[in-house]
Amino acid sequence: MDFTYTILIPLIPLAVFLILGINALKIKENVAGIVGVGGLLASTILSFYTAFQYFFKVGKVDGVYQTFVEKTVWMNFTDTLAIDMGVLIDPISVMMLVVVSTISLMVHLYSRGYMHGDQGFTRFFAYLSLFSFSMYGLVLATNLFQIYIFWELVGVSSFLLIGYYYTKPSAVAASKKAFIVTRFADFGFLMGVLMIGYYTGTFDFMALNNPAALQDLSSPIMQYSGITFMGFSVITTALVLIFAGGAGKSAMFPLHIWLPDAMEGPTPVSALIHAATMVVAGVYLVARLFPMFYFVEDGIALQVVAYVGGFSSLFAALIALTQHDIKRILAFSTMSQIGYMMMALGISGYGGVEGLGFTASMFHLFTHAMFKALLFLGAGSVIHAVHSNVLQEMGGLRKYLPITHITFLIAALAIAGVPPFAGFFSKDEILAAAYESNRLLFWVEWTVAGLTAFYMFRLYFGIFWGKERVYKHTPHESPLSMTLPLMFLAIVSAVAGFVPFSQFVSPDLAGYTTHIHMNIAAMSVGVGVLGIAIAWIMYKKETDIADKISSAFGFLYKWTYNKFYFDEIYLFVTREIIFKRIAQPFAWFDKKIVDGTMNLIGNSTVDISKKIKGAQSGKVQDYAFAFVSGVVIMVMVFIYFMN
Amino acid sequence: MDILSLFITVPVITILFLTFTKNLQQVRIVSLVGMLIQLGMSINLLFAYFKERAVNTDMMVFTKDYVWFESFNIHYAIGVDGISVALLLLTSIVVLAGVFISWKVTDLSKEFFISLIVLATGVFGFFISIDLFTMFIFYEIAVIPMYLLIGIWGSGPKEYSAMKLTLMLMGASAVLLVGILGIYFNSNADGGPLTFNLLEIAQVNIPFEAQKLFFPLTFLGFAVLGALFPFHTWSPDGHASAPTAVSMLHAGVLMKLGGYGIFRVAMYLLPLGAIDWSWFFIILSSFGVIYGALGAIRQNDLKYINAYSSVSHLGMVLVALLMMNKTAWNGAILQSLSHGFMTALFFALIGMIYERTHTRDIHKLGGLLKVMPFISAIYIIAGLANLGLPGFSGFVAEMNIFVGAFENADLFRRVATVAVVSAIVVTAVYILRVVGIMLMGPIKNEEFNDLPASTWYERYGVYLLLIPIAGMGIAPLWLSDMILDSLTPFIARF
Repeated sequence: MDFTYTILIPLIPLAVFLILGINALKIKENVAGIVGVGGLLASTILSFYTAFQYFFKVGKVDGVYQTFVEKTVWMNFTDTLAIDMGVLIDPISVMMLVVVSTISLMVHLYSRGYMHGDQGFTRFFAYLSLFSFSMYGLVLATNLFQIYIFWELVGVSSFLLIGYYYTKPSAVAASKKAFIVTRFADFGFLMGVLMIGYYTGTFDFMALNNPAALQDLSSPIMQYSGITFMGFSVITTALVLIFAGGAGKSAMFPLHIWLPDAMEGPTPVSALIHAATMVVAGVYLVARLFPMFYFVEDGIALQVVAYVGGFSSLFAALIALTQHDIKRILAFSTMSQIGYMMMALGISGYGGVEGLGFTASMFHLFTHAMFKALLFLGAGSVIHAVHSNVLQEMGGLRKYLPITHITFLIAALAIAGVPPFAGFFSKDEILAAAYESNRLLFWVEWTVAGLTAFYMFRLYFGIFWGKERVYKHTPHESPLSMTLPLMFLAIVSAVAGFVPFSQFVSPDLAGYTTHIHMNIAAMSVGVGVLGIAIAWIMYKKETDIADKISSAFGFLYKWTYNKFYFDEIYLFVTREIIFKRIAQPFAWFDKKIVDGTMNLIGNSTVDISKKIKGAQSGKVQDYAFAFVSGVVIMVMVFIYFMN
Repeated sequence: MDILSLFITVPVITILFLTFTKNLQQVRIVSLVGMLIQLGMSINLLFAYFKERAVNTDMMVFTKDYVWFESFNIHYAIGVDGISVALLLLTSIVVLAGVFISWKVTDLSKEFFISLIVLATGVFGFFISIDLFTMFIFYEIAVIPMYLLIGIWGSGPKEYSAMKLTLMLMGASAVLLVGILGIYFNSNADGGPLTFNLLEIAQVNIPFEAQKLFFPLTFLGFAVLGALFPFHTWSPDGHASAPTAVSMLHAGVLMKLGGYGIFRVAMYLLPLGAIDWSWFFIILSSFGVIYGALGAIRQNDLKYINAYSSVSHLGMVLVALLMMNKTAWNGAILQSLSHGFMTALFFALIGMIYERTHTRDIHKLGGLLKVMPFISAIYIIAGLANLGLPGFSGFVAEMNIFVGAFENADLFRRVATVAVVSAIVVTAVYILRVVGIMLMGPIKNEEFNDLPASTWYERYGVYLLLIPIAGMGIAPLWLSDMILDSLTPFIARF
């Protein structure tokens, strides 16, 4: 089967970006909207066609899904090491194509309504196209360097879109923060890539992800794995560094601080980039290199992934409990759910049903993209109606926004893990996988499931129920261009769980059959319903229970409300230490010491020459005096040495 | 006239014509036509080189040799390989862009353009020479007009800056001359005549003791121009005082002479000395990478920021040269090219901003994206290119440097490599700081609302520089392979 045409999937948005970007000031809104949506529609059709061809036309050969690679050399480092550009078609890349296309198309459609009348409408669509191009390129990458290249490009698209409202200082600061924090993580990623390139001699996924070669310590890619760094194989170190890059992009603890601020971007951007696609790139990266993570040194690097993921999901869920900004609640929820995915990858095995964690992680990535995008777009619709982000300024909106209300409810039920919505199935698989391999992480994630249900319904009841506020204008439902994507995503969120995901995606590419794990399902639904019930009691009607509880746990409340003071810690490190204690003294050193020395040399040359020039007085008697005294001194020295 | 000698003949003829021009318009037209021809010749040379390379495997092609000064065996010997072809292209593009950007220079315009083109002549001559002495003379021709250009057309403390720059570069030249003479007097190990010809010297084995003595002199002589820490201090002051086109040419082209000279002369002729001294200069230059980047974080003057950024980026060139393998060297040459285009672009944009707002203090500027969208958008693109975003030349160059540097497995070079790679984070900080304060945010000064839009000559200058930056970044294969191919004779020496 020839999948060369998939190269068009990223190239079409690139062309759209160039057209709209170069003429950003000339193209009118409706033209930009049509070009942008049309380009992405073409890519989406191609993506679905690819998925159909791959899973149903080609299907399994000898019981496993095939991997198709088309590539060409982009730049040579040495005779053996080069960067290739191309497309890699395998189950997870095809699945990601579907996810990215679906969400991106919905967001494009939605943005036509949401951004209507905005001065920078064309620029916005240009950025969206740039992002789509980069994300497709990342998904289809054939080697580590290609993924790094597109990794940087999604980073810059994210930077541009967060700073879209560039006259707003908070948006500028947020965009800067997002870029620099992820860049810091990418420094680790790049070091990992360099190590892989040096010690294995290749960047190519096909060569690196070969289980037989990974288990044979004398194979070309593992021949240097005996070299250790701080007690671990250099390959393990490289993988941990690569994971650091993934953790930066996926907002894992402690590199999560940029994600809540990134909500300064327009809401459709938050839905597309900071909820559904770009932030799961870290998960995708680990999944892409899963055989390496699993086989090298018995998966030590994978343990790191599991615990970082598990901790992040709990940490973020706790913060989400107390936030007031509805987009920030959703941001922490995203971080928490990505923690789930990371954890599931981390505890996964490799062959057959052992690979449940991997499958579950990808499944959750898929379902989460749908319902989280829906939540964000719904939040956007709410913000559009009441012109505020703050939960306390909302309430009783179910009358005014019926479609938004119902779709939001479906998404909230899905993320809370209530059957039969999509989140229930993927979360059940994750918990089942965790139960089998790591009980500690299982209980952590079980708790998080309860917390998730609670904060999600706190949000839901807070927006749509509770006391009605005084609004400046009567809130009204968003236009069809915005509600249509909501309805579509709601349907997907309701039914996506029934996709037999394990048939398509598994680490060994063979696929297997899963079933609902009844005990675990009962436990997770139980805790979910408990969370919902508590939220019901506290927030459905205006009560003071919430205030009582928060004042009873005053200091805990304050800590979670202030996000455990992580922003302050980072601010202290960057401003007080790096700027004041390092950069400032460097500038001083440069001005006073280095430059001072150079000036000193220059000035002292002038001074000395001033002194010396006195000797060249032009008076004969001075010269005669110097001459005679010189002769006398020489004679004296001569006589001294003769004796 | 052969294909290479034209590169110095055309500018000289242009200068002759310029002396007869009567008014500003004629000065502009003559300079523009002269430099357009120069660019056409560079592009032609590129194709001619590919054609010649297919049949000719010598290190240098299009060689010509005329005796010039017989008693010292000084020749006018010329020739090019892939490296010099690429740098000639860089030079002609930057000079032409400089002419566009200087369109508005009305003050002593004839003298200004003459000095500018004299400077360019020196650079062109330097890149085609393969005789050490001729090379050195061209080097001096390029450096001296700088004093006049800054001292007369500059701004701020221009006399101080011009004097500082000239003194430091002249001091370096003196050291360099000692190094070159040292090489010359050791060029007849087998008892033949002494020679300045690079290719002939490479045939003899200069004794290790002499290499050890003369390598640091030659290296330092060139490295001062390449802004090696701690000899970089002439560059921030010099750039800040220089007029726009001079900053462009100086940072874009002249500073490249340093890295090129180190590679072509010091390392190619004195490989044993290079190996012996590399640890010392790796410390200085990798420290310079971090030092320059951190220095840029705390500056408020746009030109200072860019000057420190240059210290950082050119430090990478020096580190890469000392990492002793083809990948890193390829990165060093690519970085020279990439930095040349990018920094010229930056200085051009800074010039445009300064001309309109009369300030270069980023805290006095703000929200420029709203009032001058074209200039600001290009500034952001240039900034992203500067911080090594894929799709632009900087990424290609840096990745070659990093991968090449990582090939050295010893702990010392590993530490240096990690230090150099970490600069990608610091670079992002200072670039985004400028973008955030100066271009984004609310408009600081209401008067900015009436600023004029960019003019046609400004746009041409900008496009001229932007196209190669993007071209190198999107399709690096042909260029990087051309350079990689030319590195084989060098690696054979090590």
